[in-house]
Amino acid sequence: MAQELTPRPILVELRDVHLSFGAAEVLKGIDLTVAKGDAVSIIGPSGSGKSTILRCINGLAQPKAGRITVAGTRVDTLRTEAERIALRKRIGIVFQQYNLFPHLTVLENITIAPTRILKVPRAEAEALARDLLARVRLADKVSAYPGELSGGQQQRVAIARALAMRPELVLFDEVTSALDPEMVGEVLAVIRELVRDGLTSILVTHEMRFAEEISDTIAFTENGRIVAQAAPAELFYRSGNPRIRQFIGGFQGYRDAVQDREGI
Amino acid sequence: MSTAALPVRGRAALGPAWAWLALAAAGCLLWFGLDARLTRELLDWLPYLASGFVMNILISVLAMGTGTFAGITLGAMELSASRLMRAPAVAYVQVFRNAPHLVLIFAMTYIFPFEIVVAGNYLPFPDWLKAVFGLAIPASAYVAEIVRGAIQSVPTTQWDAAKGVGMSRGQTLRWIILPQCLRRALPPWMNLYASITMSTALASLVGVHELLHAATDASTAVRRDDFTIAVYLMVLLAFFLFCYPISRLTRRLERRFAPR
Repeated sequence: MAQELTPRPILVELRDVHLSFGAAEVLKGIDLTVAKGDAVSIIGPSGSGKSTILRCINGLAQPKAGRITVAGTRVDTLRTEAERIALRKRIGIVFQQYNLFPHLTVLENITIAPTRILKVPRAEAEALARDLLARVRLADKVSAYPGELSGGQQQRVAIARALAMRPELVLFDEVTSALDPEMVGEVLAVIRELVRDGLTSILVTHEMRFAEEISDTIAFTENGRIVAQAAPAELFYRSGNPRIRQFIGGFQGYRDAVQDREGI
Repeated sequence: MSTAALPVRGRAALGPAWAWLALAAAGCLLWFGLDARLTRELLDWLPYLASGFVMNILISVLAMGTGTFAGITLGAMELSASRLMRAPAVAYVQVFRNAPHLVLIFAMTYIFPFEIVVAGNYLPFPDWLKAVFGLAIPASAYVAEIVRGAIQSVPTTQWDAAKGVGMSRGQTLRWIILPQCLRRALPPWMNLYASITMSTALASLVGVHELLHAATDASTAVRRDDFTIAVYLMVLLAFFLFCYPISRLTRRLERRFAPR
């Protein structure tokens, strides 16, 4: 990254975003910037508004105040469903509970949106779907139904489904939180590869080591605010914020690492 | 364990029904065989009875068709975000789901005129059509509940996922939600159809020429006790042969669509 001369263009920008559900203030002024090709992880305690940030970016939730820009589109000012649909075609999202369409096969899950929404010819959409399935190592599950797959397999199909729209940005919303520990690795391996290939992504995650490894930037949220936003090494090992140190320290393995470095 | 036990239980439940039916049929055959005059009389009346049963099927199909169409609309209204849409649908469903079918058939018979004037032409408004409406009303209320329940049983996360790949509300409903509803709603819908079909016999009470009415005609004309018994047995048999396969199929579908 250091050898880059010109900074990469900004793809996503949130400025002072506020959002409430009824009386509950969920977001209290979020600022976040994601450059094209970046992987940004959002970490922080549960209920701090991490997933809500993602839902604001693709227009599933409407902020009360603030500015959200995605690739030149002002998301916060979108008023009609048609405008939001135009936005969502360009942003992929992967959910914690996979949310595959259970009445469709794996191939149909991946091709339904490209063929019917983007009007891609069927043969082309299926070819892309097969490529993507090979990429997430599920080439042999083309005609399986979601119910026949393990959680990890379903989540990889969900990633392929999001990628099939050829999005400029993919949002990963705690995609490994519902998985058995032994399936987490296979999903993270897929995401790691995608990020390496230059996919712009925002990940809400509790996988600290993974976030540290793949992120260009990590944002720490608490009580509806982004308390800190920095490069992983910066945030994990050199943060002066006791709350962040306590949170990261709570995850096994980091306590030792942090203490080691402090000792130096 | 349960999957292995199910077909056996199914066959056990099926066994007695068919056994009783076979026994009754054998008894009837023996009886008719011994009494040639009765058999001839029954065969003479058979076309008349059959024309009655066609009316039962016609009423049931039209009532269920109308009821389904109205019920899907009402079910969707029940789930509307707007109170103005929701309230009348909920009220309609609650009132007519708890109304006896016979009362509704009588009400329709006396509320509607026997003919209607359309652009100067007098169109007859026959009693059988009033019976269709009388049964379509409760059918629509039941279908509304089936549809509402089916749509609600699809997790809201499916809506999120569909929106996430750029589908509109209508597209989500059409391609994602309703196909999942269909398999959930089909078994109760078929149950309802069988039940509505059985209720069509009530139309005889407002003078509609259907199977029960035809049987009564026949027994009054022939005036013989054994014929009367035989003719009503045939009425029972006709309804059974029409409704039982539906309920069997429903149970098969229920088992197939049961969550794995």
